[in-house]
Amino acid sequence: MAKKGNQADTKLLMIENLQVEVEGREILHHVDLEINQGETHVLFGPNGSGKTTLLMATMGFPDYQITGGRILFKGEDITSIPLNERANLGFGLSFQRPPTIKGVNMRQILEICGKGDKDVESMARSLDFDEFLDRDLNDGFSGGEIKRSELLQLMAQNPDFLLLDEPESGVDLENIALIGKVIEKLLERETVSQKGISRKELKREREKAGLIITHTGYILDYVDADIGHVIIAGEKCCEGNPREILKTIKEQGYDECVRCCGLNTGALSKDKEIRSN
Amino acid sequence: MQTQKEEKEALAKEASDKVSTYGTDIDLEAFSAETDPHPYQEDLSAFSQTEQSQMLKAGVELTAKNRSGTFIQKDLSVVHASTSQDGIEVMDIEEALEKYDWFHQYWWKAVPVDMDKYTARAELHQEHGYFIRSLPGTSSIYPVQACLYMEEDNLAQDVHNVIIAERGSELHIITGCATAPHVKSGLHLGVSEFYIKKGAKITFTMIHNWVEGVAVRPRSATIVEEGGLFISNYVCMQPVGTLQTYPVAYLVGEGATARFNSILVATSGSVMDVGARVYLKSKGTRSEIISRAITTGGKIIARGHIIGEVPGIKAHLECKGLILTDEGMIHAVPELEGHRKDVDLSHEAAVGKIAQEEIEYLMARGLSQEEATATIVRGFLNVDIEGLPPELKAEMDRAVEVSEKSLL
Repeated sequence: MAKKGNQADTKLLMIENLQVEVEGREILHHVDLEINQGETHVLFGPNGSGKTTLLMATMGFPDYQITGGRILFKGEDITSIPLNERANLGFGLSFQRPPTIKGVNMRQILEICGKGDKDVESMARSLDFDEFLDRDLNDGFSGGEIKRSELLQLMAQNPDFLLLDEPESGVDLENIALIGKVIEKLLERETVSQKGISRKELKREREKAGLIITHTGYILDYVDADIGHVIIAGEKCCEGNPREILKTIKEQGYDECVRCCGLNTGALSKDKEIRSN
Repeated sequence: MQTQKEEKEALAKEASDKVSTYGTDIDLEAFSAETDPHPYQEDLSAFSQTEQSQMLKAGVELTAKNRSGTFIQKDLSVVHASTSQDGIEVMDIEEALEKYDWFHQYWWKAVPVDMDKYTARAELHQEHGYFIRSLPGTSSIYPVQACLYMEEDNLAQDVHNVIIAERGSELHIITGCATAPHVKSGLHLGVSEFYIKKGAKITFTMIHNWVEGVAVRPRSATIVEEGGLFISNYVCMQPVGTLQTYPVAYLVGEGATARFNSILVATSGSVMDVGARVYLKSKGTRSEIISRAITTGGKIIARGHIIGEVPGIKAHLECKGLILTDEGMIHAVPELEGHRKDVDLSHEAAVGKIAQEEIEYLMARGLSQEEATATIVRGFLNVDIEGLPPELKAEMDRAVEVSEKSLL
């Protein structure tokens, strides 16, 4: 389904006609998505619309069963390869609600993420998180601490493709700027200009790409994104300028997306039904 | 008039058929009570390679590097006893019995001689054991190590140990029990009595390295006086036939503290019934009992019993079990007993499998399923022990690490 076959070399991720089931129930129906190298995409959608399902299925979690379509990464079909192999190919995911793992501390997980050859101390300091290095993973962490922990792990992992599930949720205003800054850095989108390199050149050289789920859209105040998508009731119904999409949602709600995309008006109530389950 | 010796003997004789409350009953007649003596060895490097490696797995370092003293008993013979620090005594218990006229004050004073047939047998058939003591105000710079080694097949080893930390002293002990690899069966009965005087401290780390088919029935008790501290760490991750032990601590002095940590791994065929019981008998006493149990096919009963007898005490019991195969069984039995309104007793118990969510989380960071499982299991067994010297923490970590390899 690639629209421009001649640009295949810059295609990082291609999701084609993807169908995903969770506990025997189809959540995603025929979703297509393409992300080029250096691009950051944003996924909008009401609660229960299938955003997290798309992220989890892309990452390869076994509970998210792909029943149709395929996923290509760097030109390779990865539809059926396991989670950890995707991580090793360059996928990095920030969990919204990560589990606590007792007896495994922050330092250990960073060594795991960095394959043992990263300076985890200074990375932790850069996120003002060095005091947490000897704490058990996510044990008693606040919402903001969980985000910092997740991003720190991604820093150590240094993935080519980032999957971020609501990175702004549960973060207070003071910390959201810091989180935004780290995400920009991970995506090679820092606005600090480097000597002798124009922004255009920077953009061309950028390799990292990302897919960010946002429910509120706040993260767009801190992280620049290239393309936005709207998912409603398991279908991708819109693709375009992320700020324009956000503006429409803020002003008119997802009802406007339903109308604009010509979806069945029951689509949103279906989401609500999913959510309440 | 009856002497103390005669009195204890009489009690033991009466109890010689008394079945224990816990653990399967063992036929004591099935084991031999005699074997050839082993020669005393001044030089620790004279032990065979096999002995050295078996003992090392139980934390006993025969180079004696970083140790304040060493005691080794092989079968029924004391083959080595030495100390390298003034104020720390390490000797054959028989020697202490002769040397000190006050010794009877510590003989069967913490553990009742007629508790069950095993204590009775230890009295009637006792062959040696160790005496370790720190003199008032002394601190053992390095841990003292003791090893009870079983070389002869189908032998009953009955030892009686007494450990005393005099006022204001500090004693760190690592005990390893091990068997020669060719041993198929055997019985180990060990009576251990600990006396911790005012302001003194004992850390006692015991690593067991048995083989399938060995029956183990340690009986131990500790009396802690005012401001004293007892830390007991028990590690048993190797196969064993049947193991049952339920050490007790009596916190008799104000502000005394006892902490028990146990790490158990039961492979298929092993039965482990391990607990700890603490009586809080004085104001401001504290206790904590923590156990981590993993089964890969064996049966584990993890007990804990805290008895708060006076107001103003605080104790916590934590018992966690991981079941890695469907053949295994873990039975957690946490008991809290409060006798006054102002006691603070709590417990936490959880038994189950490794959460899939945790495995997937680590897989998302690039670990394979096996690596993720190993990391979680290692974390589960990683009990943080306050007050344990780094050398002993390292020994415990090493014991855990050695066993992990065969576990996963």
